[in-house]
Amino acid sequence: MNSLAVETTKPIHPAWMRITHWLNAIAVVIMVMSGWKIYNASPIFDFKFLGAITLGGWLGGAIQWHFAAMWLFAVNGVFYITLNILGGRYRAKFWPINVGGFLNDVKQALGGRLAHDDLSKYNMVQKSAYLLVTLALMILILSGLVVWKSVQFPLLLSLMNGYDNARIVHFWAMAFVVIFLAIHLVMVALVPRTLLTMFRGR
Amino acid sequence: MMKKRIQLLDEQLIIKDASKALGMPGRRLFGKRALSLGALSMLSGCGLTNENSVEKMLMSISRFNDGAQALLFDPTQLAQTYPESMITTPFPFNAFYAESEVPEIDEDYTLELSGMIANKDEWTLAALTALPQTSQITRHICVEGWSAIGKWGGVMFSDFLHRVGADTTAKFVGFRCADDYFTSIDMATALHPQTLLTLTYADQVLPAKYGYPMKLRMPTKLGYKNPKHITEIFVSNTNPGGYWEDQGYNWFGGS
Ligand code: HEM
Repeated sequence: MNSLAVETTKPIHPAWMRITHWLNAIAVVIMVMSGWKIYNASPIFDFKFLGAITLGGWLGGAIQWHFAAMWLFAVNGVFYITLNILGGRYRAKFWPINVGGFLNDVKQALGGRLAHDDLSKYNMVQKSAYLLVTLALMILILSGLVVWKSVQFPLLLSLMNGYDNARIVHFWAMAFVVIFLAIHLVMVALVPRTLLTMFRGR
Repeated sequence: MMKKRIQLLDEQLIIKDASKALGMPGRRLFGKRALSLGALSMLSGCGLTNENSVEKMLMSISRFNDGAQALLFDPTQLAQTYPESMITTPFPFNAFYAESEVPEIDEDYTLELSGMIANKDEWTLAALTALPQTSQITRHICVEGWSAIGKWGGVMFSDFLHRVGADTTAKFVGFRCADDYFTSIDMATALHPQTLLTLTYADQVLPAKYGYPMKLRMPTKLGYKNPKHITEIFVSNTNPGGYWEDQGYNWFGGS
């Protein structure tokens, strides 16, 4: 009884995680929508994004949004990752992670049998999805730096295999984040209690 | 929600932007109609005043980004150069007007100098061609995202500035062009070793479509910062702005 009382007073999600999550969501949505408008100015592939789902109105406006939101996105992201590492939250929440457990949890989830009684613990699917999207967001920053200032980041430029390839990397990392977000929102809709914990902390 | 976002823009900006797109051959007829339709829809029920504060905020962050890029700019860091085999052919034409409207400049052209420059004598093309020449094969990156590799030759701009006694402690170098384009750059970029007052493209006299008689070529800046058909160069401590920059493109425009 006693230990349970102690546990319930400790929030499932610390305040800094909730704040950085929502700031990140705002920044990512702005960056994705304005990024689509920038993409449309010179498409890499044989399609354009529907104008109505883009942000900025014209190329110059979209660029202004993109390069305004990037500061929020980058500074907030650095905060989130630093606090996760320093506070030991990565280890506590995301460790252990393994392929066997992942496949098992996917199977359970597809069968609708994945338990969600303890929201303070992530299953393997959650762990991998959150870590992978964090990685994709870092790749977005690195490839974005090359597209933004290819001359000033020669090392990153060769890591991305040139300017044109950096655009392609930037595109696919965006696509990954968008697919994550779509699934993420479906999952939240399926287990709405998680949304409550992301606002209240419990 | 979406409608509101679209209202964020200054209608003038879209019309300007649209008229640029119109410049592309083949799209003109369609574009003229689209432009009037677009202009019409912009006039109907737009609360532009409400959105001014958002625009002001974005503009001031863009000014902040000028400063960030100036900090990031390393005056000794060279842009990548490429072998001749990697040159993009044909090199794309790009301007805020159609290729058929490229200005024609005659032989008695002279380059004017003004502002904080000691020797403001005019320069003929022959005199410029007589200066020591150099060339580079670099990547031109457009703000739209496409890029192309080309070979430009001409006078190192820092040599030229020193030769005419420009005050290189000043902040800005401005350009006025025969096609009514204008732009300006920071002094640090003006003095960068790859900043060239180009007189040739692919070892030929600079063709009209690439900016005859001269273009300032900077592989460290986006395309719209590289003025063509330059008729006047001036040095100043007040920011002269630019054709696209005044409409919202970032002023520093580094690449
Ligand atoms: C815009 C609507 C969004 C909603 C409603 C939402 C909702 C949520 C909820 C409820 C959780 C907790 C889930 C759980 O307990 O497993 C969560 C966690 C998370 N979300 Fe979102 N999210 C949104 C946008 C985003 C975006 C745009 C990203 C990134 C691209 C993102 C990345 C994450 C990550 C990485 C976590 C786990 C964070 C951690 O544990 O450190 N979310 N989100």
